[in-house]
Amino acid sequence: MLTATLTVALVGNPNTGKSTLFNALSGLRQKVGNYPGVTVEMKKGQFSADGVSVELIDLPGTYSLAARSPDEMVAVDLLLGRRPEESRPAVIVSIVDATNLDRHLYLTSQLLDLGVPVVVAVNMIDAAREQGITIDFEKLSQSLGVPAVPIQANKGIGLGELTKAIRESAEQGAVPNGPQFPEAFVLVAEQLQKELSDELPPVLVRRALTDVGGYTEQWLVDHHGEEFRAKLTSARAKLASAGHAVPGVEARARFAWVREAVAASVTKPAVRPVTWTDRIDSVLTHRLWGTLIFLLVMFLMFQSIFLWAKPLMDLIGSGQDAIAKLVEGTMASGPLRALIVDGVINGVGSVLVFLPQILILFGFIAILEDCGYMARAAFLMDRVMSRCGLSGKSFIPMLSSVACAIPGIMATRVIENRRDRLATILVAPLMSCSARLPVYVLLIGAFIAKPGSPSYLPGLVLFAMYMIGFTVAPLVALTLKRTLLRGAPPVFVMELPAYRRPKIGAVLRRMFDAGKAFTIRAGTIILAAMIVVWALLYFPYKDGEGNSYPERIEQAEDAAKEKADRLKELKEKDEASKKQPEAGEPIPPQLSDEEKAELEKLEETAGQADKLNGEWKRNSILGRAGLTMEPVFRPLGWDWKIGVAALASFPAREVIVGTFGILYDVGDVDPGAVGDDAAEAEDKEKAAGLTKAVQEEWAKDPVRGKYGVPVALSVMVFFALCCQCAATLAVIWRETKSIAWPAFTFVYMTALAYVGAMLTFQVGRLVMG
Amino acid sequence: MPTLAELSPGQRGEVLSVTGDPALVQRLYELGLLEGEQVEVVALAPLGDPIEIRLGNSRLTLRRAEAAGIAVQLLETRNSERGTRN
Repeated sequence: MLTATLTVALVGNPNTGKSTLFNALSGLRQKVGNYPGVTVEMKKGQFSADGVSVELIDLPGTYSLAARSPDEMVAVDLLLGRRPEESRPAVIVSIVDATNLDRHLYLTSQLLDLGVPVVVAVNMIDAAREQGITIDFEKLSQSLGVPAVPIQANKGIGLGELTKAIRESAEQGAVPNGPQFPEAFVLVAEQLQKELSDELPPVLVRRALTDVGGYTEQWLVDHHGEEFRAKLTSARAKLASAGHAVPGVEARARFAWVREAVAASVTKPAVRPVTWTDRIDSVLTHRLWGTLIFLLVMFLMFQSIFLWAKPLMDLIGSGQDAIAKLVEGTMASGPLRALIVDGVINGVGSVLVFLPQILILFGFIAILEDCGYMARAAFLMDRVMSRCGLSGKSFIPMLSSVACAIPGIMATRVIENRRDRLATILVAPLMSCSARLPVYVLLIGAFIAKPGSPSYLPGLVLFAMYMIGFTVAPLVALTLKRTLLRGAPPVFVMELPAYRRPKIGAVLRRMFDAGKAFTIRAGTIILAAMIVVWALLYFPYKDGEGNSYPERIEQAEDAAKEKADRLKELKEKDEASKKQPEAGEPIPPQLSDEEKAELEKLEETAGQADKLNGEWKRNSILGRAGLTMEPVFRPLGWDWKIGVAALASFPAREVIVGTFGILYDVGDVDPGAVGDDAAEAEDKEKAAGLTKAVQEEWAKDPVRGKYGVPVALSVMVFFALCCQCAATLAVIWRETKSIAWPAFTFVYMTALAYVGAMLTFQVGRLVMG
Repeated sequence: MPTLAELSPGQRGEVLSVTGDPALVQRLYELGLLEGEQVEVVALAPLGDPIEIRLGNSRLTLRRAEAAGIAVQLLETRNSERGTRN
C-alpha cells in the first residue's frame, strides 16, 4: 500500500500532559512552525505508525474552539484545513484527563463537529485509579462514537494502541457525529448559512452565532459590514426567546451529551477522596503560609539566577577573550581583523553571555509550570498586579526582568491576553536589570562614595536606582492599558491544575528550546547591531596625515613594552625615595634630575596608546556625531564624551563603561571588573583608573566640576530608564513579530530617560545653588 | 440570593445563574461552571481577591468581580466527612 505522510493534530486542554504525549510520540524529531500575522508557534514532530509516516502537530492547549483572537483562530483554521501552510489533518487526537472526563470531553465534543476522524487519548489513568475512578473504555468508545484509548503518557503506556487507532481511523476515514443541538438552533444556523452562501464552513457559522464578540463574529463583520452584526444580534434574540440563549445553549447541549457518555462508562467512589492536590493547596494557597512560601520561592529563584549565572557568564567572557587573542595572534592587523575581533567575536560573546540567565530562568519556569505552581503564583499576585492594569500572570515575567529583561520578555508567553502580554513586554525593560549595575557602580564609586560622605549614601543611591524601575514600570503599564492598549478587562478565570512531579526531560527541553530560540533569532540581530556600532567607532581609521590609527597604536604599544622594565624600575625607586625613613634608617636614594625626566617621558610613552585610541574614537563617525549633538546633551549636564558613550552603548548598556575608558584615555575597561574585588589585578587597576580619570576630567570642567553629583545621577537615571540594549529590542521584535513594538519601546524609553535625566540634573543644580 | 463572591472558604453552593461579560460567561461555561453545578470556595488570595473554587475535580480561580455575577444557593456544609460527594 502506497502511503503519503499522514497529518495528525494533537488537541487538548492545558495541563493534560499534551506536551508529554507529543514528546513521547515524536522524540527528538521536532521543529517549530510559525504562522504569519500571529505570535503562536506550533511544534511539529515526525513518527512512524506501523510503517505509516505521521506528521504530528501540537496545537496550543485550549478549553474550547471558541476563538477570541487571531492567535486562537490559527488552531481552528488549521483543523479545518484553512491554513495554506498545512494540509488538513487526517485525524485529530483529542487528549483528555482521566480524572476529569466530565470537563475535558467538552472540547472533544467540539472536535467531533469538524468532519475529521477523532481518536480520544485518555491520559493519566494512574491518577484515576488512585482516586478510585474506573473507566470502561469499550463503553466510552461506544458512547462517544470514536475510539477511546487509555494511556499514561509520562510512562509511555498505551502509545502502541494509540498509534494503531490513529492509523485505523485514517484508513477508515469515518466522520464522527457530535452532540445534537436543539432544533431551533439548527434552523437559525442554517438560515444564517444561506445568507453567507459557502463562504464559511457550517461549523464556523455556528461559532459566529454562539461566540458573542468572538473572532468569527469580528471576521464576518469586517467582511460584510456592520449590518451583519445586526443580523447576528437578531438571530441570537430569536434563540433567546425560544429558550436557547447563547452561549448557554452550546454548553448545555454539549455537557448533557458528555454527562451521558460519562454515566455510561465511568464509576467513581460515592465520596470524593481527599487528593494530594487538596492537601498541598491548603498550604500553598493559604493566605499566610502560601504568601510566605511564594516569597521564599521567588527569592530562591532570583538568587540562583544571580549566583549560578555569574560563573558561567565569566566563563563565556574569558572564552571570548581567548578566541580574540588567538585571532589577533594569527591575523595581520587591519580593518578585517578588527571587524572579526571587535565586531564579530565581541558580538557573538554579547549574545552568548545572556544564555546562562535564560537557561536558569526557563529551567525554573518549566519546573514551576510543570508541577502546577505557576498558576498559584498568578493567583497569589493577581491583586497586586491588577493595580497597574495587569494580572497575576505578569508577575513572574516582570520579576525575572530584574535579572535580565530578555528571559522576562520570553516568559510573557504564559499570558494569553494579547494586550496584557504586550503591556508586560513593553514595560519589562524598565525593571533594573543586572547590566545596569556596572554603570551604577562606576558612577557611585566616583561621585557618591567620597570620603566624608555618609556611609549609607552609596547603598541608598543604588536602592533608589532600582526603585525607579519598580515605580515607573507599573505607571507606564497603567498608562498603556488606558491608552494604546485599552480594551475590556480580560477574563481572569484560570484553572489551578493538579500538582504533579515535574519531569526532568521536559524541563531540559524547555531550557534548550528557549536558549535555541534566543540564540538563533535574536542573536543575529544583536550581532548586526554590534557590528554597526563597531563600524561607526572604527571609521575613519586614519588621522589627518593619512596614518592609520591602529598601526600607530600598535607601534606605541610596542614602544611602551620595550621600556616597561625600565619604567617599573624607576617607579619603584621613585616610590621608595618618597618614604619617610624610620629612626636609624639611612635616607633613601633620591632620583637624579635626568632620572626624573626619563620617568616622565616613559610614563608618557606608556599612556600613548590609550591617548591615541581616545583621539581615534573622538574622530570616528560616532565621535563626531556626538560632538555635533553636544547641545542636545547640555540640558542633562553632559559633555559630548558622555553623550558619545551613551550613543555607543546602544548594543548593551554595560558597553558605556568600556567606551568611557577609551574616551578618557585609560583604555578599554571590562565592565565586570568595576567594583568586583575578585577581578584580575590588571582589570581592577584599569577600572580604578577610569574612576579617577572621570573624576579628574570632570573636575576641570566648570559645569561637571561643580555639579559632579547631579551629573553622575543624571547619567544613572538615564541608564535606568533608557533602552540601550539591542538584545532586548531584538527579543521584543521576535516575540511581537512586528518591528513597530521594539521601535515604540526604544522611542518611549529614550524619551523617558532624557526627561528623567534632565529633571535630575536641573533639580540637582537648583538644590546645590 | 448570595453570589459566589460572598461565600467564605469551606462553604458550598449550587449555581443558580451565571451573568456578566459574554466572554466571561462563555469561559465559565466552557470550564463546566453551569447552572445546577455545585461549587466550593477553597481559599482566598492574600488580599482577599481573587478566590479559589473547586468544581467537581477541577480547581479554578476567578476575581471577586467575576464571581459576583454567579448567583448561588448556599448548601449545607458537612463537617463530619473529610471528602465531599462526587
